[in-house]
Amino acid sequence: MFRILDAKQLASDVKWFRIEAPLVAKHRKPGQFVIICLDETGERIPLTVADSDPEKGTIELIVKAIGKTTMVLCRKEKGDSIAHVMGPLGRPTDIEKVGHAVVVGGGVGTAVIYPLAQALREAGNYVSAITGGRTKDLVVLEEELEKVSDVVYATTDDGSYGFKGTVADKLVELLEDKERPIGAIYCAGPVPMMRAIAELTKPRGIKTIVSLNPIMVDGTGMCGGCRVTIGEETKFACVDGPEFDGHEVNFDELWDRLSAYHKQERVSLERMEHECELDAQ
Amino acid sequence: MALTPKERMKIQRQDMPEREPGVRNQDFKEVNVGFDLKLAQLEAERCIQCKEAKCIDDCPVEIDIPLFLEHIANGDLKSAAEVLLKDNALPGITGRVCPQEEQCEKVCVRGKGKGCPVAIGHLERFIADWARENLDEKFTPPEPTGYKVAIVGSGPAGLTTAGELTKKGHDVTVFEALHTPGGVLTYGIPEFRLPNEIIDAEVDRLRRMGVKIICNVVIGRTFTIDELMNEEGFHAVFVANGAGLPVFMNIPGENLKGVYSANEYLTRSNLMRAYRFPDYDTPIIHGEKAVVIGGGNTAMDSVRTAKRLGAKQATLVYRRSRAEMPARNEEIHHAEEEGIIFKLLCSPVRFLSSEDGWVCGCECIEMELGEPDASGRRRPVPIKGSEFIIECDLVVEAIGTGANPLLTSTTPDIELNRWGNIIVDEKGMTSKAGVFAGGDITRGGATVILAMGDGKKAAAAIDRYLCEKAAK
Repeated sequence: MFRILDAKQLASDVKWFRIEAPLVAKHRKPGQFVIICLDETGERIPLTVADSDPEKGTIELIVKAIGKTTMVLCRKEKGDSIAHVMGPLGRPTDIEKVGHAVVVGGGVGTAVIYPLAQALREAGNYVSAITGGRTKDLVVLEEELEKVSDVVYATTDDGSYGFKGTVADKLVELLEDKERPIGAIYCAGPVPMMRAIAELTKPRGIKTIVSLNPIMVDGTGMCGGCRVTIGEETKFACVDGPEFDGHEVNFDELWDRLSAYHKQERVSLERMEHECELDAQ
Repeated sequence: MALTPKERMKIQRQDMPEREPGVRNQDFKEVNVGFDLKLAQLEAERCIQCKEAKCIDDCPVEIDIPLFLEHIANGDLKSAAEVLLKDNALPGITGRVCPQEEQCEKVCVRGKGKGCPVAIGHLERFIADWARENLDEKFTPPEPTGYKVAIVGSGPAGLTTAGELTKKGHDVTVFEALHTPGGVLTYGIPEFRLPNEIIDAEVDRLRRMGVKIICNVVIGRTFTIDELMNEEGFHAVFVANGAGLPVFMNIPGENLKGVYSANEYLTRSNLMRAYRFPDYDTPIIHGEKAVVIGGGNTAMDSVRTAKRLGAKQATLVYRRSRAEMPARNEEIHHAEEEGIIFKLLCSPVRFLSSEDGWVCGCECIEMELGEPDASGRRRPVPIKGSEFIIECDLVVEAIGTGANPLLTSTTPDIELNRWGNIIVDEKGMTSKAGVFAGGDITRGGATVILAMGDGKKAAAAIDRYLCEKAAK
């Protein structure tokens, strides 16, 4: 059992957790993730490790309640526990000195780029961070990013907070700033957002690393469920990734494969809601 | 009164009682029911107690087969269980999935000519099941040696080694990457062939012996081998992480929705219990028309799983003929009984897509058998212009597995062959001092019992290695 030592609501459906997982904490590097399983009937889902403290033996996870598992997880509080936390998994990010590094997070994807901002800054880069959401409540981790970046831009599609527009719109502005040319871009978020950013940077030839989130089961390269097409090659995101060259990713295929269990996900959710109603009675 | 050899020779081989094909292909309960005491005794009496028993030589873990059979014949099940458990820590598992027809039963003198060998496997299962329910074992811990051994992987090789080394007094910790122990036994073999409760019970017995099992630890990520030895204080390591890398066919349409590797399909169903969705949270695609590619046990397991998950049409596509299939005869036979369609001598060339990205067909080409290849089996040769389409909404590729590079890539001083398998000497030692390996990571995809044989051999070598270390 892995104990939840602290929990905090970041937005209406986004929650932050500090979890006791000493073996993961000891070895985890930025860019890596864990696979968690809530209980004996649970499914295995990957979650990026937002931060870790090897001394205290803790890791931090940021979770958006979207499906059944994440919803159940987001109802957990300090003192509760998670049956299984496995990791760290995936290849750590290659942290290089590129001069001006831009990290771009869409919604809860910001949890993925937060540790990268930290590591890129420590490596001597000037770090610009863009974090965005559809509306004000969906912009997360802005304060945390402030501490580890040189400049932070918050964006909302509806203009309810910060820059009005998408993270890609904001990136266009940065791309046009001749004073501070961009060495590399690291981005994580919904597939359409990552695709939009890769399409923006490809003609300009700016290195763009995207963190992919396909469906996974084991996380060790054993099942191949998380396969993605990178250039002409099939890669397993759990062991070869999760980060890849955004200019080589087949986003259409990734987007389509993510929809494979939509029907079952609805069944799970409806059943959970029904059980909650029964509990409430 | 003991029977005379002549009387023993008159007894016919007893069939394994099985559940009706049309009933069992609707659920995941075990196909084989098992012998009762009467059947078991009758079958055990068929053993003529050879002085030089070839069956023992052909058993990778060298069980004293005639002795345990004699105890069964005499109705002394306790002694039979003790004989069996002395050499085999996982008899409920091997009694179900071991290819006895290729090993102990193959050399049984009762099987000569038109005869039938003694059903050693069925009797092993009988005794294992009896022992699990009835045997009250007291484990007295041996004198601790003070040596710590790390085992990577809790599949058949790892568990066997762990049991053997614990008996010698070493302090053994098994690291399992997944959240449940058992390795391929748990994620790969379906419950209708090997119920998870059998694995749980045999793992639990090892724990009672003193074996420590830590799940959710991925060697190669959570720790490297060097960290285990230099920082965590392990004196020796046994690597038995299996053949956990799916091989894909590399044909167009492979990444469509509804196309699985057998590893993923079986892991979802067996380890994650997706066959009980939504009671269990992991989903799995239920195909109306399933196509499974391959001819081994994994292919049989996959296609029979698809049938149980409601496929009206479950088809096995294999590029050679039935005679060349690597699956156990029993499994092929069970699959046929359960209504699996065998489409032999053909191979997929591409998968067809529906408008919304789901697989909707499997285009195959017919094959004929040419000259024998390196494996000694006749090579399949495509027949030009013979392409045809099998309509389907689920495809499972079960064409083999490779060596998973996660561990070996982080331990560059372990020598590998060109397929990425770890090279070991006859004692199971790798090119890295103190590191041993066995099972599928050294062999490529093989059997449970061969992995256990490797484990036993390596345990002896590790024990010797540690004793020599002590003498220095």
